Amino acid sequence: MSILLSKDTTFIVQGITGREAVNLTKECLDYGSKVVGGVTPGRKGREVHGVPVFDTVAQAVEHHGGPIDGSVVTVPPAFTKDAVLEAIENGIKLIVIVTERVPRGDVAQMVELAEMRGARIIGPNCLGLIVPEVCKMGGIGGPAKDAAKAYQPGRVGVMSRSGGMTTEISSSLTQAGLGVSTAVSIGGDAIIGSAYAELMPYFEADEQTEAIVIYTEPGGRMEAQLAEWVKDNNSRLPIVAFMAGKFMDDEEMKGMSFGHAGTIVEGKEDTATEKIARLEAAGIRVVERIDEIPDVVKEKLGATA
Amino acid sequence: MRFYEYEARKIVELAGIPVTKYGFCTSAEEARKVAEEIGGPVVIKSQVLTGGRMKAGGVKFADTPEEAAQHAEEILKLEINGHMPRGVLVDPKAEVKQEYYASVVWDGTAKKPLMLFSDMGGIDIEEVAETHPDHVGKGHISNLLPVGDFEAKQVVAATGVTGSQLNRATPILARLARLFRDNDMTLAEINPLAELTDGSFVALDAHMEMENEAVGRQKKLLRKELQIAEDDTRETYEPSDFEKNVSAIDAADHRGVIQGKDHGFTGNLGLVIGAGGGSLTLTDAVRNQGGQPANYSEIGGNPSVAKACGLAKEVLEKDGVEKIAVMMSIVSNTRVDIVARGVIKACLELGKDPGETIAIFRIPGAWEDEGFKILEKYGVEYCDRSVSMWEAAGRAVSKIQGAPA
Amino acid sequence: MPEQLNKVFIDVEVDDSIRNDPAIAAKLEEVCPVDIFKDAGGTVEIVDENVDECVLCRLCIEASPPGTVHVKKLYDGTELA
Repeated sequence: MSILLSKDTTFIVQGITGREAVNLTKECLDYGSKVVGGVTPGRKGREVHGVPVFDTVAQAVEHHGGPIDGSVVTVPPAFTKDAVLEAIENGIKLIVIVTERVPRGDVAQMVELAEMRGARIIGPNCLGLIVPEVCKMGGIGGPAKDAAKAYQPGRVGVMSRSGGMTTEISSSLTQAGLGVSTAVSIGGDAIIGSAYAELMPYFEADEQTEAIVIYTEPGGRMEAQLAEWVKDNNSRLPIVAFMAGKFMDDEEMKGMSFGHAGTIVEGKEDTATEKIARLEAAGIRVVERIDEIPDVVKEKLGATA
Repeated sequence: MRFYEYEARKIVELAGIPVTKYGFCTSAEEARKVAEEIGGPVVIKSQVLTGGRMKAGGVKFADTPEEAAQHAEEILKLEINGHMPRGVLVDPKAEVKQEYYASVVWDGTAKKPLMLFSDMGGIDIEEVAETHPDHVGKGHISNLLPVGDFEAKQVVAATGVTGSQLNRATPILARLARLFRDNDMTLAEINPLAELTDGSFVALDAHMEMENEAVGRQKKLLRKELQIAEDDTRETYEPSDFEKNVSAIDAADHRGVIQGKDHGFTGNLGLVIGAGGGSLTLTDAVRNQGGQPANYSEIGGNPSVAKACGLAKEVLEKDGVEKIAVMMSIVSNTRVDIVARGVIKACLELGKDPGETIAIFRIPGAWEDEGFKILEKYGVEYCDRSVSMWEAAGRAVSKIQGAPA
Repeated sequence: MPEQLNKVFIDVEVDDSIRNDPAIAAKLEEVCPVDIFKDAGGTVEIVDENVDECVLCRLCIEASPPGTVHVKKLYDGTELA
């Protein structure tokens, strides 16, 4: 029916009293998500839009009276690692890290611990994920009514390195009548908890999902990893990709970072041109224009039906 | 953040990796003294953050301290690829028996640091990996567990190196891996790692890069050990006035985030665009339809009217800019009406007609109805989400250079 | 520095009946997220350069007696109720 989230998913917000976190909490509650607590050290006893605030994750779990499924982490970069380790060690299995500018070494530590404990991290530097009309975890899509406008339930899974483009693409799929099964803003950093290939098995197992759209950018190797996965696993899902930032292939743009921290051309394999070639070699259709996506998805669905 | 060779040498030394006697000098006189102390033939190397210094004449050998001073004088005045050297490094001319390679880099797919070692040092490692894969050893290290010497030993042994060479190279690679992790490096490379004629190993040349996000917590190394000034940011190029002004506007107001770049852009269409991915998509869309962007920019995080106005003004005041295109992917946090007010205000304050100056306004999303009312009043062409980012960019391009042929 | 224009999109006025009410002056300064109101020793002062930053949140209208604070949208001629 969806990946990672369901109607019953419970989650907390770490850093809940921050300005953006307060908004995010309200948006999620309005959407119908089960936000069962918040954590800000030293603020125990307060409430944010009716959600109780605790000093520790352990207190939130105790108050809830059982395991909590997820956490949205929106604390400053210097405190992010500790917050995420706290969530993992308190049994939380799905962690969305919103924070930007977390050093790579910290992210790698969190991911390694998550692997040891069977937890999954989405982000950092992401807006979270959404299953239309079921659950929204994070700021993805914005206020509930805006999210409803862009995200209607449907057949296409979306993964994007850009939070804003997750909504732009999903909105075009919604407008075209295709709709979205689950959309994941995977984050714009060089090292993230869940790259495309790591989320593919979930989509593969999800009956509602019939096709995948990915938004990608120069920098990193995660497209190559996806191409490998598709080849090795004989995926049933047609994938349509859009690559932004082709202008960064120009010689004078080398070594400059645009858009997201991970978006930088450092070597030949990082360029848009090289990545497009790899994706296409794996049978992934890479569209030239953003507005071609819905039609190409329809074409692919027609071909597999 | 990139380091000069003399700084990289110091970092390696601090980690307990053997180096030759060396000296960083900013004058010919200092170079003479260091050469005297070293005694014997030396090499003088320009300290610049760019490649190709050998070819440009930035590396010279000297047999006497007088010769060293002479070379230093010339090299200190020599510009390489537009960079003036920060100084020169004076090194003994080493008696090398064999060159090795050792490095640690991030493997973003495995999400772990990767150790690399080769007994074919001194040349490009990627080339060695392609032509002689059996001469490259590789191994990941944990982010959480201590780095064991045995892990480094396995990597060295994989290249067939054994005997005292294995025992000398192992702790060097292990220390390199620890310094990579402890100092938030994104690259820690020793090339060549030299085995001298007496059998000892020294790091002859090192290359280090630190992650920008971690600079704040590496103060001890940066400020105390290396004496790097806070404002010495080591950008790949000198920021332009436009870039400096936009950063200053951004820093002056905590509401929202704006960024502007114009390095490599020289067109007539100013771009007031956002957010991260939207800006990349829109810049491509403008260029691929024959448009010439005057800049790159990003708006995000719900900026104030003043901030949006400030960015638009900076773009409009750039040389050669005739019109601006104001475009974003669907916004859910940034408000359409606030950005509309900002960009219209920028036109008015510069005495320009918003309807003429703004080629297109395509920002759908939060508060769009309110925003569209404002745009209507000032005669600005706008569109909602039914017009794609590609199409909006195309409209802006055709407005500035007439309909495409 | 080019000239800065104020009150291009929004105008805010307070009625004389509340202008010198110290409690309201303090309250308005507190509630406005973009600092349009200043409590000048018990008198409500409008900070002209912040007026166009108004986010239409209505907090000022709710913080004062009905009909005493007027937020006008100059671009469509309407007033926030």
